[in-house]
Amino acid sequence: MNLVSDQEDKRDAAARAQTPVSEAGKARIDLTIGGMSGRHCAQAVEKALEAIAGVSAAPVNLASKVARITYDPARVEVPALLRAVRRAGYTPGAASLRLPIANMHCSSCVNHIEGGLKKVPGVISANASLGTGAVDIEYEPESVDFAAIRGAIAAAGHRIAEAKAGAPAPAGEEDVDPEDAARDREYRTLMRKWWFAAAVSIPVMALSYPKYIPVLRDWLPVGSEELRIVWALLGVLTLPVLLWSGSQFFSGMWDGLKHRSANMHTLIAIGISAAYLYSVVAVAYPDMFPSADLAEVFWDVTAVVTALVVLGLALEIKAKGRTSEAIKKLIGLQAKTARVIRDGKEVDLPVEEVVAGDIVIVRPGDKIPVDGELTQGASAVDESMITGESMPVEKKVGDEVIGSTLNKTGSFQFRATKVGKDTALASIIRMVKDAQGSKAPIQRVVDLVSSYFVPTVMILAVLASVAWYLVGPDPRIIYATVVLVTTLIIACPCALGLATPTSLTVGIGKGAENGILIRSGDALQTSQKLDSLILDKTGTITRGEPALTDVVVAKGQDEVDVLRLAASLERGSEHPLGEAIVAGAQKKDLRLTDAENFAAIPGHGVGGRIDGKDVLLGNAKLMRDRKISIDALTGDWERLATEGKTPMYVAIDGKAAGLVAVADTVKPDSKQAIDLLKKMGIEVVMLTGDNQRTADAIAREVGVDRVLAEVLPDDKAHEVQKLQLEGKTVGMVGDGINDAPALAQADVGFAIGTGTDVAIEASDVTLIKGSLIGVVTAIEISRATMRNVRQNLVGAFGYNTLGVPVAMGLLYPFFGILLSPLIAAAAMAFSSVTVVTNANRLRFFQPRRVAK
Amino acid sequence: MTPDRWIVLVAGLLLVAFIVWFFWLKRAKGVRAAEASSGHQEAMILVKGGYTPDTIIVRHGKPVRLNFRREETASCSEKVVFADFKKSADLPTGETVPVEFVPEKPGEYEFACAMGMFRGKLIVE
Repeated sequence: MNLVSDQEDKRDAAARAQTPVSEAGKARIDLTIGGMSGRHCAQAVEKALEAIAGVSAAPVNLASKVARITYDPARVEVPALLRAVRRAGYTPGAASLRLPIANMHCSSCVNHIEGGLKKVPGVISANASLGTGAVDIEYEPESVDFAAIRGAIAAAGHRIAEAKAGAPAPAGEEDVDPEDAARDREYRTLMRKWWFAAAVSIPVMALSYPKYIPVLRDWLPVGSEELRIVWALLGVLTLPVLLWSGSQFFSGMWDGLKHRSANMHTLIAIGISAAYLYSVVAVAYPDMFPSADLAEVFWDVTAVVTALVVLGLALEIKAKGRTSEAIKKLIGLQAKTARVIRDGKEVDLPVEEVVAGDIVIVRPGDKIPVDGELTQGASAVDESMITGESMPVEKKVGDEVIGSTLNKTGSFQFRATKVGKDTALASIIRMVKDAQGSKAPIQRVVDLVSSYFVPTVMILAVLASVAWYLVGPDPRIIYATVVLVTTLIIACPCALGLATPTSLTVGIGKGAENGILIRSGDALQTSQKLDSLILDKTGTITRGEPALTDVVVAKGQDEVDVLRLAASLERGSEHPLGEAIVAGAQKKDLRLTDAENFAAIPGHGVGGRIDGKDVLLGNAKLMRDRKISIDALTGDWERLATEGKTPMYVAIDGKAAGLVAVADTVKPDSKQAIDLLKKMGIEVVMLTGDNQRTADAIAREVGVDRVLAEVLPDDKAHEVQKLQLEGKTVGMVGDGINDAPALAQADVGFAIGTGTDVAIEASDVTLIKGSLIGVVTAIEISRATMRNVRQNLVGAFGYNTLGVPVAMGLLYPFFGILLSPLIAAAAMAFSSVTVVTNANRLRFFQPRRVAK
Repeated sequence: MTPDRWIVLVAGLLLVAFIVWFFWLKRAKGVRAAEASSGHQEAMILVKGGYTPDTIIVRHGKPVRLNFRREETASCSEKVVFADFKKSADLPTGETVPVEFVPEKPGEYEFACAMGMFRGKLIVE
């Protein structure tokens, strides 16, 4: 929660760690509200807040997601406000922190700690847990005093345990370590089970078929009493394999059966126990079988199948761990400590304790801990980890710095603006995780199949087994058993289930590595089949701000002089065109002087006296009014205007001296991006509110064939719709603010963002680096990922639709081919590993490099 | 056909019928989410071999909080996805993870693990 006493007072309030200011029974508090998606949500929050007695006003700003509540502290307390927001279904944005507590063993300690902490100003709630040995504190980041929290814990007779990383890990989603540890434990247990099963398998395999092994054949003839004893011993040896190495199959089956559902474990468990039970009967009651040949044992099936499937599970876990590497890298980027000025002194703090408004000091080579605005100094910052931009970015006072980026050259100070969960990095991590958890539409089909898959396989196995018993060759009972076991084991629902989500996880992570945030599986799947891409002109293809492009001079005039005088004149102006001229002149290192008698002539231009010369700058009308002949320059003026530029006449001492032209210039890599898009078979359309002439000029420059010019802002969404009506899948690229309705209308909306503002709601894909090349990379990643998903699905479906009938023995009548259960087990174990490995191949995806 | 063949045939068909009945012809009794003091409709869902309960009944327009607690390590269930609400949550073993959203329209919404092996249903009235 942003508990801010007053906007002007923001910094001080944070430093003083105070509750909201109250004056004359009035207090104001800014609450960040999460979960609002539209106007009606904001109204709901306002209504809920204003319904509380004592709240006089609670306007909600939807853009900044902040409710500014004016209330009477004597009648209402902050927790009541929070409750109201929660009750309306939204989350007031409080920060939370998990502090490990040393030696917390009894429930009375829990009560002491919680009670003490709740008395600390700024703490909303405190929940200590013996299970985790830690306390989760929900607090208002801008009003909490961390020394007081420490003090409260100490007063309760405890202390904060030293966390491994040197700083307490924040509670919640950033925490992946336990997940990793669990995965690692699981892997090691499975590997132990595999080694045991494998070790048992070797003697069991050899002794199960003595009739095929020369020495053993004579020693243990078929039907002999010795062989029966050896087999019985093998059964005893195999039992722990079944019960320990295969334990997860039985518990998995049982958990499923309780819900009347079946899974991979069900199939394997039935398969290996059927083989085992048959063998038990064969050894215990050999007389039941018509001939001694039939009283065979399948201990080897039980042992080997268990071993192979367990190995497959272990490898799958290992490979799946790698699919989320991208997110781990992002989490690893977070800085651990920050050097902050508190009470005039520099102190090193864990990054969680930095509050918005703190002044943070950054030295060369330091990681910038949180988001903020540079207040002193200058430097170059490597932002590649966030934006994918490899060149360091120059930062000066007033520029935005992004947390977790790397300071290269200079020292500087900045004021923290976003901390904790609000930083760009935290938002990125959250968005990537959400996206990785979302489902691509293709997955719905797969889900439908998987829900029927396992019972279907069981039915097929039973039917095949019955058929073999009825009409199969002798020994019928053995064949029937083998077919039953093989069919159950070869089917692999896991390969099917893993196919889409693993590729999606890798693909979306890959996007994040390249500064592209793909918001959902939907967006990822749709991006690959885009037919048309609409590019907004201003701010997307172009930089969005005018720059000086041309200086044309009349005969006898000096170019440098004309520009210098024009720029000096415009120095007093605040018009963006004027600023562009000044910036252009400064770039050429011209020394500008002050203008005397500066006058702006509205709708015409500006005039003044510089270095003893009368200078005028403006349009043709201004020149005509002052009786200045511009005939010599009109040709050039026409040419520049046709190029989409804005030319202005310059007159010195009553004579036309030249033209200066400014224009919104094209970003350096726009043309290349558009070329690449066209090469990928995508129709590129430019959309702009500008006049046709300017639009055509830019379109020619970047190579766009279809231009929609003079489109009113409100009609942009309509233009998108018109293209969709042509039957095309349409993507829209815009800045995410003015183009929000058009982005939402498009099948995929790409928002070009800059800096820390990554949470652009209307977009399906956010490009953190403001370059069009990002769109190309996004579409390439989408295509590569979906290709990978299709490979996986074809593989998994193909494997099952081929494997199951072969295992059922459909090929036997024609070719005499019947699969051994051992081969079935190997195939099943490695099919899911193959799927995950194939998904991991996506990690090597490289975006097309921009040619120099 | 010999008698043993008849027995196997009948037993096999009975088994098939049982599988169909057991796995496919189940009718889930829905559990109505309780109204908590915070205004949420809350329900606790155990994740172990499936979701217990796997059918939750809630009313539309009111915030829903489903507390998932996963008590197994099988990687299948480490995520729960509400595709219709664009919500998902990681479920670390042994932790209670709340999933919150507001169902605006009545209808039936599925939720499932990332691989679609576990499935549950949210009935919004």
